[in-house]
Amino acid sequence: MARVEVQNVSLTFGAHKAVDDVSIAFEDGGFYALLGPSGSGKTTLLRMIAGFEFPDEGSIRIDGEAVENVPVNRRRIGMVFQNYALFPNMSVEANVAFGLEVRGETGEAVRRAVAEALDLVQLGALAKRRPHQLSGGQRQRVALARAIVTKPRVLLLDEPLSALDKALRTDMQVELKRIQREVGVTTIFVTHDQDEALSISDRIGILKDGRIVQEGAPEEIYDRPKSEFAATFLGEANILSGEVSGGRLQLDATTAIALPQGTNAAPGRLRCAIRPERVRIAAAPTGVNGDRAGQLRGTVVRRLFSGSASTYFVDCTGREMKAIVQRGGGADIVVGSPVALDWDPADLIPLPAA
Amino acid sequence: MIRAPAFLSGLGRFYIGLVLVFLYLPLIIMAAMSFNASPFYQLPFEGTTEWYAALAQNDGLIAATLNSLKIAVMTTILATVLGTAASLALFRYEFRGKRVLQALLFPPIAIPWLISGTAMLIFFFGTGIGRGLHAILLGHVALALPYVIIVVSARLQTFSKDLEDAAASLGASSWQTTRKVTLPCIAPGIVAGGLFAFAVSFDQFVVSYFLATPGQTTLPVEIYAAIRKGFTPEINAVSTIIIVFSMSLMLVVSRFFRFGGDQ
Repeated sequence: MARVEVQNVSLTFGAHKAVDDVSIAFEDGGFYALLGPSGSGKTTLLRMIAGFEFPDEGSIRIDGEAVENVPVNRRRIGMVFQNYALFPNMSVEANVAFGLEVRGETGEAVRRAVAEALDLVQLGALAKRRPHQLSGGQRQRVALARAIVTKPRVLLLDEPLSALDKALRTDMQVELKRIQREVGVTTIFVTHDQDEALSISDRIGILKDGRIVQEGAPEEIYDRPKSEFAATFLGEANILSGEVSGGRLQLDATTAIALPQGTNAAPGRLRCAIRPERVRIAAAPTGVNGDRAGQLRGTVVRRLFSGSASTYFVDCTGREMKAIVQRGGGADIVVGSPVALDWDPADLIPLPAA
Repeated sequence: MIRAPAFLSGLGRFYIGLVLVFLYLPLIIMAAMSFNASPFYQLPFEGTTEWYAALAQNDGLIAATLNSLKIAVMTTILATVLGTAASLALFRYEFRGKRVLQALLFPPIAIPWLISGTAMLIFFFGTGIGRGLHAILLGHVALALPYVIIVVSARLQTFSKDLEDAAASLGASSWQTTRKVTLPCIAPGIVAGGLFAFAVSFDQFVVSYFLATPGQTTLPVEIYAAIRKGFTPEINAVSTIIIVFSMSLMLVVSRFFRFGGDQ
């Protein structure tokens, strides 16, 4: 259990800069997700923390000790691989005992530690089985038990749930979270699944093109994304861009929307994000001042019903906006009808120029 | 499973029967004749073990058999160890000239043994290695090595590098990883490669013939020499012993490692 500190780390493969000057700290006992699309460098960063890759530049510290040149087998880490990587020639028990035995531990101590680890992942009954006799979820648990039985300083997980089906994945997320709490080990979890990152971790680091775009608590990043990429990769967002003038955002010659109070954006171009669930949708009122209702007006072009909610796609003179309405949160609106979109200006998130 | 029409399954059985007859009938006749009193394959069959008794007195044949076994065992050990190490290196590391090396490993298999044998004879003569059992052993190891590398490398194709990474992440040294994870996982390939090496060496006539000296010879060379002098049923006897020995070895190994079965 330890604090992991990555400082100005870069790694280049040929002409491709896989990780580009990344600095991030993982606090002791925290559950971190590294989230990014494929090719964003998240796995390479994890493999550098593990010791499978060595940075060209920068330093990696575990518990204050510089480890960037220490090989993986002397870093005292635990790792869970995407395909589990259980040893097929050994039983479940022997798999879990492996890390203790290569350290020279034997006998009763090993047996007790293995039994404890298997109990923790609720697989005590399957200790004698071979990996090929287990289901995907069970293999995942064995891999986890094997990684934590050695009491690693940091637990690294490389897309560990991506091979499981959706229902099982949700169960394992809960399970993983529980086990991490119980063990208290600093955990770094690589995923490309935003829902997984949001639900499982204490903090998220979003990566893009080898750089950390934003790092923070899930709620913080969701509510206050600092870039269009962060806003659209973590959750859905409508992006509005225009000229700032007089506390309002001029989207085009005839349309302006209110900026949040206290925005002291300099005049010039500005992009803002608004979450679809913050957008209120209503049938456009007819009458004298009908064209002044709401912040934007448009026509519903599509409606996606997903059970608990509906997503409306609204064409606002060439600008497509999404609005999510919870079931029971208003009468259904028919495709083709004119609507007015409204939101609390405080929900509008100005994005710094990227 | 799709059930074949009756006439097809009949045809299939007939075909399999034919294959087995062609494969085994000559061997069975040879084995039977080794117990037949007549040295000229004459019937009726009269049981005897005199040829085996005669074989026990034939020092030349026995010495050659022991030489063959010694060389085959040593070839198997050397070629399997060297070949497995080479396969692991090719699997694990990227180095300059790796592709060239890999490409150069396989053509020797296609070169006729007659030509390899001639080349070795000239080379060993020129370098002062000379002829004799040591030269035969060197030649056999060289012939067997590509087979071992091909078979072990094929097995490594199905081995995930993640397993070695996982072992390393658990604190295992490179040697511990090799011994406890990699080698056990590819063991069937190593055993199969070893069997190939054994067969290449034990069966080897051409190269052995070129490199043998009188008195330092292997069984195939000795049998050939004996047949040239005049056929004796002792050859049947020694052949029968070898067939029984080889087939038992294959049966034991294939059952033990369940070739073709799942792991």
